[in-house]
Amino acid sequence: MKVSAKRAVVVAATNHVVVPLKDRKLNFGNKWDFAPAPEDSKNYVIAPQHELFIGGEFVAPSSGQYFPSINPATEQTLTTIAAANEADVDTAVKAARKAYDKVWSKMPGLERGKYLYRIARIIQEKARELAVLETMDGGKTIKESRDVDLPLVAAHFFYYAGWADKLKYAFPGKTPSPLGVAGQIIPWNFPLLMAAWKIAPALACGNTVVLKPAETTSLTALRLAQIFQEAELPEGVVNIVTGAGETGAAIVNHPDINKLAFTGSTEVGKKIAQAVAGTKKKLTLELGGKAANILFEDAPLDQAIEGVINGIYFNQGHVCCAGSRLFVQEGIYSKVIKKLRDRIQTLRVGNPLDKNTDIGAINSRPQLEKIRELVQSGVDEGAELTQTQCTLPAKGYWFAPSFLTGVTHAHRVASEEIFGPVLSVMTFRTPEEAFERANNIPYGLSAGVWTDKGSKIFKMVSKLRAGVVWANTYNKFDPTSPFGGYKESGFGREGGLHGLAAYCRLD
Amino acid sequence: MKMSALPTKERFNFPTRHPAVPTVDAVMVEERAASFTKRSIKTSAKLSGLKMAVSMCDLTTLEGKDTPGKVAYLCRKALQPIEAKYDVPSCAAVCVYPNMVKYARKFLGENSPVHVASVATGFPSGQFPLPTKLGEVRRAVADGADEIDMVIDRCAFLAGDHAKVFDEIAATKEACGVAHLKVILETGELVTYDNVRLASEIAMHAGADFIKTSTGKVSPAATMPVTLVMLEAIRDHFFATGVRIGMKPAGGIRTSKQALAYLAMVKETLGDDWLNPQMFRFGASTLFNNVLMQIVKNVEGNYQGADYFSLS
Repeated sequence: MKVSAKRAVVVAATNHVVVPLKDRKLNFGNKWDFAPAPEDSKNYVIAPQHELFIGGEFVAPSSGQYFPSINPATEQTLTTIAAANEADVDTAVKAARKAYDKVWSKMPGLERGKYLYRIARIIQEKARELAVLETMDGGKTIKESRDVDLPLVAAHFFYYAGWADKLKYAFPGKTPSPLGVAGQIIPWNFPLLMAAWKIAPALACGNTVVLKPAETTSLTALRLAQIFQEAELPEGVVNIVTGAGETGAAIVNHPDINKLAFTGSTEVGKKIAQAVAGTKKKLTLELGGKAANILFEDAPLDQAIEGVINGIYFNQGHVCCAGSRLFVQEGIYSKVIKKLRDRIQTLRVGNPLDKNTDIGAINSRPQLEKIRELVQSGVDEGAELTQTQCTLPAKGYWFAPSFLTGVTHAHRVASEEIFGPVLSVMTFRTPEEAFERANNIPYGLSAGVWTDKGSKIFKMVSKLRAGVVWANTYNKFDPTSPFGGYKESGFGREGGLHGLAAYCRLD
Repeated sequence: MKMSALPTKERFNFPTRHPAVPTVDAVMVEERAASFTKRSIKTSAKLSGLKMAVSMCDLTTLEGKDTPGKVAYLCRKALQPIEAKYDVPSCAAVCVYPNMVKYARKFLGENSPVHVASVATGFPSGQFPLPTKLGEVRRAVADGADEIDMVIDRCAFLAGDHAKVFDEIAATKEACGVAHLKVILETGELVTYDNVRLASEIAMHAGADFIKTSTGKVSPAATMPVTLVMLEAIRDHFFATGVRIGMKPAGGIRTSKQALAYLAMVKETLGDDWLNPQMFRFGASTLFNNVLMQIVKNVEGNYQGADYFSLS
């Protein structure tokens, strides 16, 4: 057979070229770069000044004080937000009490449900706008606000709308009645989603609400207030007071609050628990976490790596249930580290409005400094830091996706919540050791188990002291599923029937 | 005595669950594969991606009614897919039945940039005796095939006789001589991701140059999760042996958007070294004009009717 010059090339390729061991690397270069694909944001106008939402209207704060809200990806001031003081909080609680006594607690569940359905539908209609706002205000990627936050926000309203007229069936043999005025304080990591988690079950059960968003992320809660107006929700049923810690303290200490729900740091949670002690206020707390993601030797490895990546880098690691401690069975340790090293190189860090961005901006400068300080402590204590090679934007607050190896339980990074894109990797030998190490922490919000063996999953689940345990997946949320913690991760559950029970008196 | 139809003697040395072959979890592999469809590939990235896709196409006709005339249409289209002003590369190869190889070779000539690929080994079922399969391969190579797309023996695979699958691939590789060997797993018949992973490992160890998802005759053909499982197998094989194996998803990829999502998956799973026609191919027929249409749209700013794109 005649072999032409061209086909000689084929021959060379057929005799498999063996790349020497030291050169066996994947090359994640720029051969084919994605062009910028920013989500269009110019059609959404942000007002220069935002007021408080009390009694169904936007009202100026009695102090006349406003504070700036900053886009953490650009450090530009987006708008100014009203700072509510004790007097404003008092007005808000009075408005909520009036709405509770006169309208909302008397309204049949069927009618309350209709309002919630209407709110859910408007949220769906405005989902893109809300997602863009959420991204600009908080720094999270548009991919996540669009595909995770907003669908879940609508889902929570839809889910609890359905319960509003079926409360008797939710608690057979009991007569559920509302608690009264609920004070709700929410964090900055999932601003709108946390508002939905809190507001939807409260309203479904017939309570009225005074809600305080986090001071760095008030915008979408105030946009939600406009949606309440559009839905013609009776005035005072939901009141939104913006501000920092003092505003929150005013809610916590207000004598006419019947129920408090707080999501945020364990430090603040403890203070709230102390303040509420001895009063008749009911309390639920959803606090910090330091979840263990446990990888067994028989795990489906490539998928487990995806779970680890999602577990820690989702929402820049600003997730209370983030899988921030990775426990790897010793036999697969080097393989896992190699795969992790490769995988983080493909994470795209940058403009959160770009549809291809995987990791957005850190929410605020203080948070960035906290992350830096903790990571430095890890390095100082002898852990080895691995980071992506990406270039970070010059403006804004950024932290490259990182993981620390050589971490032991005695390291601060093994026990303190970093709340950033930083994973601490440790090893174990047996299943018993895995759950002992996983449980050896004051937190207990969530955990992950990766194994091909079903019986091992059940064994681990029964031993892990965590409110949520995901098996062969991570960060799966659904309104029907309760969420909450053990130990210093808080008490009470949100979501599902359990979430309903937190807003009812059951006689 | 009743005869069992199943083999009585266990002769395989590649057990069903080989310890070196990792398991695959369906939920997360599907989630990861879906994430690539969310990559937003616009403007310059879209244009260069689509041109890359053209250069990676194995333009295919595999029908009983194929004739020398039809093959000529195909070859001409592969050489120059569209007017030269659009600066579109030629396809990687034309893919035909063994009897059509000599016509394709004649049309393309000896030094063509477009390779001639031939399906073989009792395509698409593979339910033929090995000597028949090997004879077919030798004949296709002698007729001028640069590449052979063989099918694995799914009968043997599903019956647990993985050694037979391995041996047949090795024998086919030998029969190929200088020709490149693509091994079609027919993942639509293997069904589980674990099977896909195991079949990929067998094929790579037995001498495949490429692993390929499907014949296009079975539904489902290529899917993103299946392709991802195979890309991951290729990556691990590269780390273990230093050999870069190529990947060819075939069938089921019909739109430019899908093709770009596949390329994004290759880019983020195997990296730049696989983003070329030597290491990645699309088995395509309907996809091809869709890609060309999008290229023209990207250049001209508006869509052209179907009649502005030649049939192949």
